[in-house]
Amino acid sequence: MPSERTIALRGRSMRVFEQAPSTPSSAPPAVFLAGIGGVPRWLPFLDHLSETRHVVVPSLPGFPGSEAFRHLDSVYDWIVDSVEMFEALDLPVMDLVGSSVGGALAAETAAIAGARIRRLVLVAPFGLFDEDDPNADIWAQIPAPDILAGLVCADPERWKAAWETPEGADAVEWQIAQTRSMEAAARFLFPFGATGVARRLHRIAQPTLLARGADDRVIPASYLSRFAAGIAGPVRETVIDDAGHLVELDQPEALAREIHAFLSDQEL
Amino acid sequence: MKNLWFHLMPYKDLPDDFREAHPSVWVDIDAGLLDPARVHEHYNEFLDELEYAGEVGFDGICCNEHHQNGYGLMPSPNLIAASLTRRTRSPAICVMGNSLALYNPPTRVAEEFAMLDCMSGGRLIAGFPVGTPMDTVFAYGQNPSKLRERYLEAHDIVMKAWQEPETFSFDGRFNQLRYVNVWPRPIQQPHPPVWIPGGGSVETWQWCAEMDYVYCYLSYFGYKAGMATVQGFWNEMDRLGKDRNPYRVGFLQFVGVAETEREANELYRGPAEYFYGRCLHVNPKWASPPGYSSEASQRARVQSQVAQAAAGSRGIGGRPPVATQWEDIVDLGYVVAGDPDQVAERLREVCLEMNVGHLMLLCQFGNMSTELAQYNTRLYAERVLPQIRDLFDDRWEDRWWPRPMAEAERYTPARVA
Repeated sequence: MPSERTIALRGRSMRVFEQAPSTPSSAPPAVFLAGIGGVPRWLPFLDHLSETRHVVVPSLPGFPGSEAFRHLDSVYDWIVDSVEMFEALDLPVMDLVGSSVGGALAAETAAIAGARIRRLVLVAPFGLFDEDDPNADIWAQIPAPDILAGLVCADPERWKAAWETPEGADAVEWQIAQTRSMEAAARFLFPFGATGVARRLHRIAQPTLLARGADDRVIPASYLSRFAAGIAGPVRETVIDDAGHLVELDQPEALAREIHAFLSDQEL
Repeated sequence: MKNLWFHLMPYKDLPDDFREAHPSVWVDIDAGLLDPARVHEHYNEFLDELEYAGEVGFDGICCNEHHQNGYGLMPSPNLIAASLTRRTRSPAICVMGNSLALYNPPTRVAEEFAMLDCMSGGRLIAGFPVGTPMDTVFAYGQNPSKLRERYLEAHDIVMKAWQEPETFSFDGRFNQLRYVNVWPRPIQQPHPPVWIPGGGSVETWQWCAEMDYVYCYLSYFGYKAGMATVQGFWNEMDRLGKDRNPYRVGFLQFVGVAETEREANELYRGPAEYFYGRCLHVNPKWASPPGYSSEASQRARVQSQVAQAAAGSRGIGGRPPVATQWEDIVDLGYVVAGDPDQVAERLREVCLEMNVGHLMLLCQFGNMSTELAQYNTRLYAERVLPQIRDLFDDRWEDRWWPRPMAEAERYTPARVA
């Protein structure tokens, strides 16, 4: 079972899930920054990732596990919060895995304050926009239960399982937490999902794995190519079948396998 | 009580199959549907209608702001209001209003409203809506999570810009202005009356009470649907220890007056079905971007949806589908229609039950012709208004009504030869 603790940051408190591998490992820990919706509960993907790595999952501002976020006004505020989050985690070295919204923050952090980041994994990251090949407008969606689930997952049941109200929890507050996480993403990324990271990609020197689901309906394939072209470090790209935008929900085992292979590759 | 005549300025040529063939009347409405030459005609007819309402005895005339909208051709209500200042003498000019977060810098609102107040001789009512999600978040690209914070800050800038005698600096969260000193300043001192159109959120009611502003509930769904909201407002005023002065509230109601009930049914069915069938065809994906509603409002809505779900089925977002047939439109109270006595009796009941002192009437709606709009307006002014005008005035003072210059001091525009 994962451990859970709360760290006080400037302006917010942050829940941190952690789980060590059953066989002790000397590899640096893998930190996971989640995508749309955050980590409402411990996920199968995190179990798979922690088979070989010590996994650390801090909650992002406004996402489940960290309610406060309305003190952050600009992309700059979000990046500083992210830097302070890593300072609070106080890991001497780490591999950083960011998906979707968390992918944009992971890329920004690697570009600006990447000294402690050994390798970088970006799964369908936000951060860019292209007028000729626009991403989906995740904030202009019909407010019906299946719409968002169908947009972000190839199998909507995966999203619903992650967001199923836990026994004893207040169903109304659980629904508000989901909306809050969408608002937090908007506060950071509205209207295009772009952070300006295109102007900073040359600063990412880490070996980087770029992954996306073959059925991603949110971030077009061309965006991964733009990340690949801009990042200074060596880049690998992978496409995971039968997965939508949130690959960690749709194909937890396959994604963890790709990440293991990349992080343990001695030739990079 | 006060009767104000409100115009939405709808485009009147949306096609019969608009609902089936087009995704939305708002935000991404098909520009190919618009004929600018028709809009030339529309604007001039609509201004004629507003001016006529002022002539025949309405206390105020109102315009509002919408963007990329097929039923609201007023992205700039201030342009319409400016025109009205020259061709009307006495009615209040109610701009309902300027969505504060959309003006950069917000002092633009302080300037233009001050111009309108000066041009009209002090007849302006200053409306400050947050604005709908369609207007603000999607048409104007405002971040839904920051919209209300920006709105409140813009409000503070405008109010200070009107009242601060010296040039001042405003170092806000979203606005940095080194030298604020608007010219001109409003005629009405310390500022024109401020009215706030809102949905049903408790925070807005509390803010109106704290600032001593008028709260306006501008729903298109009439008195039956609006009753609970307005009563919620009064319950909150009671809780806050505020008096029940009916002029704290404005309420919008569609009306259709004719010589007989039968004639009203014949005359107003078409325009009403056009409005509710085509003009309110909004893609629901624009309706609720995350962050537009406060968490307290979301909580209240989710709880009421749970209760409604328990009681029976509801449409998407917990709302019943909009009625588009005349009989339903009337039954549900969207439109109050009938002969003058029937309309007066119903409105008297509604105003008393809701305790509403500012009644905002939509006498032109949908694709209604100017001829019919003026017929409706005249019958209302001559035969409905006298039956309800006296309401509340024996007990309550309207502290939120314009205080214009004396009639004799006001300039009379020269006639063009």
